[in-house]
Amino acid sequence: MIEFHDAGYGYGGRELLTEMSLTLAPGSFHFLTGPSGAGKTTFLKLCYRELEATAGRVSIFGEDTRQMERDEVAELRRRIGVVHQDCQFLDHLNLADNVALPLSVSGRERDDRDLDDLLNWVGLSDQAKARPPELSGGERQRAALARAVIMSPEIILADEPTGNVDWEMSLRLLQLLIELNRMGKTVVIATHDLHLIRQAKAQVQARVLRISNRRIQQSGADL
Amino acid sequence: MKSFLLSFLNFNESASGRVVPPSGFTAQLTVITAAAMGFLAVFALALSMATGRLADRWGTELARGSTVRISAPADQIEAQTEAALKVLETTPGVAEARLLTAEEETALLEPWFGPDLPLDTLTLPVLIDVQETSDGFDAEGLRLRLAGEAPGAVLDDHTRWRRPLVRAAERLRLLGVVSLLLIAGVTGGMITLAANAALAATAQVIRTLRLVGATDRFIASAFVRRFTFRGFSGAVIGTVFGMIAVALLPSADEAGGFLTGLGFSGMQWLWPLLIPVLAALVAFVATRVAATQTLRRLM
Repeated sequence: MIEFHDAGYGYGGRELLTEMSLTLAPGSFHFLTGPSGAGKTTFLKLCYRELEATAGRVSIFGEDTRQMERDEVAELRRRIGVVHQDCQFLDHLNLADNVALPLSVSGRERDDRDLDDLLNWVGLSDQAKARPPELSGGERQRAALARAVIMSPEIILADEPTGNVDWEMSLRLLQLLIELNRMGKTVVIATHDLHLIRQAKAQVQARVLRISNRRIQQSGADL
Repeated sequence: MKSFLLSFLNFNESASGRVVPPSGFTAQLTVITAAAMGFLAVFALALSMATGRLADRWGTELARGSTVRISAPADQIEAQTEAALKVLETTPGVAEARLLTAEEETALLEPWFGPDLPLDTLTLPVLIDVQETSDGFDAEGLRLRLAGEAPGAVLDDHTRWRRPLVRAAERLRLLGVVSLLLIAGVTGGMITLAANAALAATAQVIRTLRLVGATDRFIASAFVRRFTFRGFSGAVIGTVFGMIAVALLPSADEAGGFLTGLGFSGMQWLWPLLIPVLAALVAFVATRVAATQTLRRLM
């Protein structure tokens, strides 16, 4: 599904990630760990072609990301749901419109009942008309997750989704991501929260990818 | 009225256009500037058309009219007039040559000396009005013949003062066209700046849209639609006010004939209606170029 072939990324003459070779299989669940500044966000950005590998090759759904045209990148992102730590919303639209944004930009019909179900799933049905600035950190994270999955993507990438929320909310978000994985979605969560990883491992077969010294180490890494 | 105007200036586009946040005062400023440009464009167009008519009229009507003035001692004036008329009758290219009556001479002098001009107390030259055929006559040949037959006759074919006037009118027409081009250029530049500012101010929105799978075309079209509408609606307002202002200008008679009706006549009133369409076209192209370049720069 996502393949790194000896891939690397550098910027301004500095190598941030190097010699990465791994495959994220369909339906797999991965945690991406490493110290702050190790390159977790950079790795995720390579996974949805926000960044382009400067060495080696990254393939997503069998396509070499460096060969992709801009429109193809847009198409690719409709198949990948991304949840950022600093959830970005359009503040002039209400929550429901923000969650339905991927449908709007891809020209798909919006089914209000499906949207209600989705908001209910993330526990935000009462906030449908609220504007993003009115939401708490946890609500924003759940809204971002709802937006990430509304197109029923094959891959969910979450960058520190529990970074700004309390433990209870972290567990709730984790539970939602595990549910998505059980529905067959590939999930990659970047986090440095080892408690969260241990909590997940009790419920799902999760692999850990650890970034250390600009290289990525696969499962079996020391937690 | 105020709320109606403000709501018009803040007009929100289709559902897909809603992804671009409203830009408040910038939006109103764009519409107002487009309106001002539309207003100016109407006047530039009116100027261009009026001077065009002027140039045509001076170029055709005056070219066919000439005057022979006879200044001679009183005892010779009748003989020289007859001789001059005979010369004119036999000159190829002269359609008609006739002596101006005393009433006609009075009418010519009235603007300078008033209506109660005692013509009989003044020594005035005899004037012969000459009308040319479409082929025209040989002015130099006619002058030589008149010099031989009627030494006191002087041919004035208006060339000396008609040519600079026609040239001036043609220049004015050209200036009108140049003004229209400049207005279109300024409108395009203004809309490009406004679109660039809007795009820069919404960089975060664009990133979010790209993140959820929006194509460049989708994002650009939201901006293009918005600015095209603003350019069009502003130009409609300006054009309507411009046309009203031109319609309220003094008529040709009141203006003493010189301005010959600065404005439009007949079907020419349809021309200003093209201004909003052209403004929309300029806005469309300017915003599309700006949006495409900015989007490529952003990611």
